[in-house]
This record gives sequence, C-alpha cells and structure tokens, in this order.
Amino acid sequence: MARVSVDISRRGGDSTFGGAQSCPACKQLLSSEQLEANLRVCPECGNHFRVGARERVAQLVDSGTWGEIAGNLRSADPLEFFDLRPYPERIEEAEYETGLAEAMITGTCRIHKMDVVLAVMDFSFLGGSMGSVVGEKFWRAVETAIDTHFPLVAICASGGARMQEGILSLLQMAKTTCAVELLGGVPVPFVTVLTHPTTGGVMASFATLADVIIAEPGALLCFSGPRVIEQTIKEKLPDDFGRAESNLDHGQVDMIISRLELKDRLVQILGMLEGGVACALEPLWEEEESRPGRRGTLAQALDRIKAFANPSRRSS
Amino acid sequence: MRKRLTELRRLPTLPGVHLKDEIAKISHRLIELNRNRQLDRAVWDKVELARHPKRPYTLDYIHLMFPGFIELRGDRCFGDDPAIVGGLAAYMGRTIMVIGHQKGRDLGARTRRNFGMPRPEGYRKAQRLMNLADKFGIPVFTMIDTPGAYPGVAAEERGQAGAISRSLLCMARLNVPTVALVIGEGGSGGALALALADRVLMLENSIYSVISPESCAAILWKDAGEAHLAAQTLKLTSSNLIELGAVDGVLPEPRGGAHRDHEAAAEIVKDALEDSLRELEAIHPRVRRQERFQKFRRMGVWKENGMTLF
Ligand SMILES: [Zn+2]
Repeated sequence: MARVSVDISRRGGDSTFGGAQSCPACKQLLSSEQLEANLRVCPECGNHFRVGARERVAQLVDSGTWGEIAGNLRSADPLEFFDLRPYPERIEEAEYETGLAEAMITGTCRIHKMDVVLAVMDFSFLGGSMGSVVGEKFWRAVETAIDTHFPLVAICASGGARMQEGILSLLQMAKTTCAVELLGGVPVPFVTVLTHPTTGGVMASFATLADVIIAEPGALLCFSGPRVIEQTIKEKLPDDFGRAESNLDHGQVDMIISRLELKDRLVQILGMLEGGVACALEPLWEEEESRPGRRGTLAQALDRIKAFANPSRRSS
Repeated sequence: MRKRLTELRRLPTLPGVHLKDEIAKISHRLIELNRNRQLDRAVWDKVELARHPKRPYTLDYIHLMFPGFIELRGDRCFGDDPAIVGGLAAYMGRTIMVIGHQKGRDLGARTRRNFGMPRPEGYRKAQRLMNLADKFGIPVFTMIDTPGAYPGVAAEERGQAGAISRSLLCMARLNVPTVALVIGEGGSGGALALALADRVLMLENSIYSVISPESCAAILWKDAGEAHLAAQTLKLTSSNLIELGAVDGVLPEPRGGAHRDHEAAAEIVKDALEDSLRELEAIHPRVRRQERFQKFRRMGVWKENGMTLF
C-alpha cells in the first residue's frame, strides 16, 4: 500500500493552538509562550497541561544529544479495520495533526550529561494507543538499553490498546512485558514517568513494571477508565478517582514529581541507581581497572564508589 | 465512494462550509454496502457460544480431567478471589499447577465468582501459585474465561493494573513449561494476564479479543447496536486468531459445541495438554524461555522502510 505523503513539518508536536488559552483548573488566561516557557505547567495553580512527545524531549534532553531509534517504523493495517472510517486514514490524520509517525518516539540522549535511552508517548496520536509499532519501538529501546547499559526512561501517556489492531494490540502487553523481563537480566535502571492519562494496556504492562515509578501531579492513572466504572457500578465517581495523588496514597507509585523538577530529580534517581549498577557490574573486591569501552556516568559512578570504599586509593 | 470520502475529509475546513453531514452520509452508506450480515451473524453465533451458560467452566474441566485436585486459595496479602481458581492437580502420574478464571453456574455462584471478573487478589493468587510451581518444577496450565478484569473503584485502589502487569511478568519469567487455553471468553488484559504462555491454545468456539464487541461498537461506531459488526471487524474467533498468528493452536469441540458434551470436550483438552507438555518438556528450560520471548517479540505487524513486516 502506498503511503500518501503528507507534509508533517508544518505542524509542531504540541496540541495547543496559537494565542491564549485559559487554565481549566484556575481559569487564568495564559499565552502559549508563557505556557511553553513554564513547561506547560500553569504558573498560577500548578495545573499540568498535556505535553506532546517532541516538546517533552526538548524539555528533558540536553540540546543536540537526541538520536532517534526506530523512527522509520509505521503502522500497517493487519485487520483491514474499517469502522466509521478506515484505520490507515486515522493514522494518516494523526500523522498530519501531530507531526509524529506513531504514538511513541524512542531515542538515545543525554540528560544533564547522563546517557539515557528515552521512550516518550504522545496522547494526541490516536490517544497514545499501543499498537504493533509502539510495542516494537519499546522492544528496541530495551535492546538499546541492554547493549549500551544506559538506563531506560519511559514517559507514558496512553488511553490503552489500539483497538484497530485487534488481538495484536492486546499482545503488545505481553511483548513489552517480555522486554522488561529481558531488561531485568542486566543491572540497568528502568524508570517510568506516568503522565495524564495513562490507562488500560500500557498501565497494565510496562508502565507499572519499572524499578521506580514516578507520576505527574493530577495525572489519571488506572486500568479501567472512570466512565467504564461508572457504567458498571451506576454511580458517579469522586473527582480524585485514579489520580496520581490517590495512586500514591494506595501505594501504586513511588512519588509525584512536578514537571518543573522532573529533569533534575530524574537524573538524581538514575544516578543513585547507577551507583548500584557499578557495583553489580564490577564487584568492589576485584581490584582491576575498569575495562575499556565503559565510559560516561557509569565509569564516574564506579570511581566514586571505589573512592568511597577504599579512601586510600584517592591519594594513589 | 471510499475515495470521495477521503477527498472530502482532506478538504480544509472553511467557515460556512458544512461537510460533516455529507461525510456522515457517505460513511454510513459505505457501512451498509460493506455489511455482510451473514458473516456478522456467523461470528456472533461464536460469541454467543463462547458465552454459553452451559459451557464447561474451569472447574468442570478440572474435575473431569484431574481426579486428584487440591485447591489452593488466597493471595497472602488481602483476600481470596473466587473469580480465579487454582491448585495442584494429579495428572498422568505427576503434578501440574492448574489456574483459571471461574464463572458461576447459578445466580448465587455467579455473584460470588463476580461473573469471572477478577480483582487484583485473583492475579496475585495466580502469581503465588505460578511461583510455587516454578519452585518445584511443576508445569503450569491456565484456562482463560473472563469478560475482563473487574472495573471497580476498590480493585483500582488495590492496583488492578499492577496486578495484571506483574502476572504477565511472572509468566514471562517462569522456568517451567506453560500452556494456556482459552475455553470461553478471552476478554482483554484480564484474560491475557494468564495467557503469556509457551503454548497458547483456543477451543474452536472460544473468542479472544482486545475489547468486548459491545464496548468497541460503542466507542468506534458510537452505537452499541453495532456489536455484531464490531465482533466481525475485531477478528476475534479462533480461526481469525490462528490466521493472525496470535495463538499456537485451535482445538476442535464436540459436535454443536463444548456445552453439548462436557466429557468429550475434557477428553480433547486432556489430549492437547499432553501433546503440548510432551513437546515443551523436550526443550531445555533456558531455550524454552528464549523461545517464549521470541514468540511474543514477533507479535505485531508493522512497516519498516516501506516494507510490511510480520
Ligand atoms: Zn491554573
């Protein structure tokens, strides 16, 4: 099938329109420059607006260090799915509207000079739904993390499985879980950041299998969405149902971090985990120099640990 | 007509020009043109068979297949979920761990079993039993029959999503052979949580789907009345799934369906389980795990540099 080429460079990755918009939480009128400069967090009330995948990368990554992985993967139409409109047309429209090729972008980058493999989902691409391409991209991100020993960070935003790929979309939950299990075989940190909203199949697979789970304030994080539950129990749910704060109270996430602090805190957490990684890779009692090829933050962490464990080495 | 529709959609939105009605009219005519009522009906018959109230459930198969079954209960954390049953079964001179969704036969049992919709406790019990099996080298056999994981506030608060993901991770991790069989309804993540296995089999008249046809119709067609069409479009029958490579095998049912003859159905399942275990146990555990990963890695269809890959 020939892919109709659409000019996707004209539209940016973000989902807001030019001009001002009012904050749904505090009604404050905010200009789009103001919002973008404040990482799409309302300066008045701290409400977190949704962020597109490209903009998220720009927020987190040291400039000029992003190298995309598997950027050439595109959805096929294995079921020849046609509801009110054909699936390929929905894809094409999402490509046009978001400037993205899929609901997840993956790449290697540096965050505060730390090497990281990053996977970022975008809710504005068909609701951030997980189909074959998202599953395969996640798998390749994991492979890269295993090969390089760079930590893996996944920024999640998803309404669940991509219905138009039927059972194959459901099986991406199994696929991404197998990837996490493979990653578990090496001492490489895996951290997820759950943003508004992360639900369904993504929430019930890799998003909740990380070593450390971070949530953004106010994010809806659940398996079944509020509407489905309301239909089942025939009652209106409280506003805080499934929110990040409720998830924290019930022990489902490690912490809630404001987007304004995310970059710093992420690097802090990864750095602490990598301190452990260095120990696991090269036990302290082996007095050998680090093998060639190891570099960057990992080597530094290793040196720090050696210095800590054996202060006399510092003078030598 | 399809082309005309695409063209209409491509037109830039101009003020004062209303294309919405035109687009809706054409897409509805397209649906009617493409509708194959005979096929929809045939697929819907399968959906109804998969949900048939007299169809054998997990405990029916267990009692017919394994004379000595010891049920193990509880998640050691919060409670025991009757929507998932599991335990040790004597099987051809050895032990296997059997775990499955359980629906209720009469009104009281249906309520107690929550219509086969597990809460997190159910998935945690399943994990506990699978880990126990792994410790003693006991193969794991799961039976899938659920409309889905229970959508409730308390279930969410106790971590429904994490319970499912960790059940998946537990199955990915096992060193023992695993066989999963969809016996009725394979509904979404709540079903998959017990189906990340070395061999995934389906009974002929069972279904396995990312979403129920009713919900899919409500979301995508914006009309719950289109459930028959949604069922056909989702490709959720056993023959669809084997074609898509989503399952490893389909087991024939007794004439008219498994509900007509429970004993014969159990006999078929027993033979298939024996064949699968014989095959799997010939493989080294490490290789078996790798093959499991590779199998699920291959799940999906995408295009890379313009080529469609399976
Ligand atoms: Zn505000």
